[in-house]
Amino acid sequence: MLASLIRSKNAGPFWITFDLMFDTEADFLRAVKAGVPSKRWIAETYRIPEEEVLLVQLPQARAIKFSFPRPRIQGDPGESDMYSGQQYAPLLDLPVE
Amino acid sequence: MNTPSVSLISPTGALGMGFPDETLERGIVLQPDFIACDAGSTDSGPFYLGASKPKLSRRAVLHDLRRLLRARQELGVPLVIGSCGTSGTDDGVNWVREMVLESAKEEGMSLKLGLIYSEQKPQKIAEAFKKDMVQSLPGAPSIDRESILKCSHIVAMMGHEPIVKALEEGCDVVLCGRASDTALFAAYPMMKGIAPGPVWHCGKTVECGAVCTTLPASGGVFAKIDDSGFSVEPLSEEAACTPMSLAAHTLYENADPNLFREPSGTLDTTNSSYHAINDRVTRVEGSVFHPERYTLKLEGSAFRGYQTVAIGGIRDPFIIRGVDAWRDGMMEHFKQRVQELTGFEVGREVNIEISFYGRDAVMGKTEPMQDQSAHELGILFTVTAPEQSVATDIARFVTHAGSHWSIPEWKGFISGIAFPFSPPEIERGPAYRFMLNHVLVPDSLFDPFRFSLEEVW
Repeated sequence: MLASLIRSKNAGPFWITFDLMFDTEADFLRAVKAGVPSKRWIAETYRIPEEEVLLVQLPQARAIKFSFPRPRIQGDPGESDMYSGQQYAPLLDLPVE
Repeated sequence: MNTPSVSLISPTGALGMGFPDETLERGIVLQPDFIACDAGSTDSGPFYLGASKPKLSRRAVLHDLRRLLRARQELGVPLVIGSCGTSGTDDGVNWVREMVLESAKEEGMSLKLGLIYSEQKPQKIAEAFKKDMVQSLPGAPSIDRESILKCSHIVAMMGHEPIVKALEEGCDVVLCGRASDTALFAAYPMMKGIAPGPVWHCGKTVECGAVCTTLPASGGVFAKIDDSGFSVEPLSEEAACTPMSLAAHTLYENADPNLFREPSGTLDTTNSSYHAINDRVTRVEGSVFHPERYTLKLEGSAFRGYQTVAIGGIRDPFIIRGVDAWRDGMMEHFKQRVQELTGFEVGREVNIEISFYGRDAVMGKTEPMQDQSAHELGILFTVTAPEQSVATDIARFVTHAGSHWSIPEWKGFISGIAFPFSPPEIERGPAYRFMLNHVLVPDSLFDPFRFSLEEVW
């Protein structure tokens, strides 16, 4: 695993956000250079329009972050993950070249 | 060396979550100018606002509150508590007020108590909506007069302005309804005229207590703010505030890690720099605050029905193999039966959900591995109906009929669900939904808020 922490969480009731943190500058830059995760991969994996994805690199925190509007408002009928805490699993199988 | 500065402690991320006595004692030794603490969030979903009930127990909140009141007394500085009672409704403020009175009496303390209520009457918000003074944020659900009036509770999230007003009145303890977490920490330094960039970024950094340190569960932090920046140090001796730990906290629960909207403008941390003063203390500079039109974020929650749930397990590989057809078949039957027995329609007044743990209950249609079958599946039935008794009556036949629902592989009557309990159905009470992702453009700075001051002794 290249990242030291991968997590997902609500960012308010209407957004979901994902953080990928890295222990070293080299690991962080490797992921950034590989363009992983890409907006396209995020849109396909989470079945949302690509233009809704906000993807940011944060060098001060050696972190990559992406967010998009929650497909379902928190707590609406069909809610399966109230805190959005377990939506990051697909990232664990994402290869970094 | 004589630049004005303000210092603070943030003893814990949430009032009632607890903190070690030692960290608070260390905080007192550092002689902060004020103490602030958040007591709420929407993070746990629409129930707490909709029902106007606190998430944490009274005993847990009282335990923390009493220690903070003692610390405040010893230091002679203000204590600011925000989003009382989890959602910051009027009930929440009154709930914490009553605990302050109880503690003050027990401890023989006298203090000036300020209450700031931020609950909004749905009728008033509907009128503001009509005048186009309620505006949607990106991704907001579309609303109308009806959906506003349906909300059982609406709160407006205050910025630092009302808190400054209470502090200027000389309040020792300020209990806020719904408030921006950051504003609790920004109010006092804004009142003292410190530059807003460092003030708001400091608030953003310390709002969750020790979450911005290397040991997130270690209690609180101490911070010092001046016009060019701020520094943060942990109250636990084992923890450290490193450039990394502080920068990383801007990520947490925020969609955008660089821009943070507050009622009076936007904090921009794009060009903030973090440097270690020593191995425990980090200083941050370069943060800016852009003033914008004054708006207040609204939160509203509406009742959507009573729920009854049931949990079971499936081990038969034939049921698991054809589980979708099995579920679809029983669902069709349930729809007819609900109509027969209650007159309600599934998908309208009544909702029945069946999810399978071990397959795609967590990720739903985005689950990449849903074709990979497990040897055992958990099944969760969730029934939502206008009345609790109706939800339970439906759950009673759903669990019974569901457990005997046949599959083509077996001839005869089967028992297809392993229930751990009898009766299998569990009443969950009322369920709510968030209705608003909007801002209010208020008539004036304090118009949406109500203040109350009292001497406690």
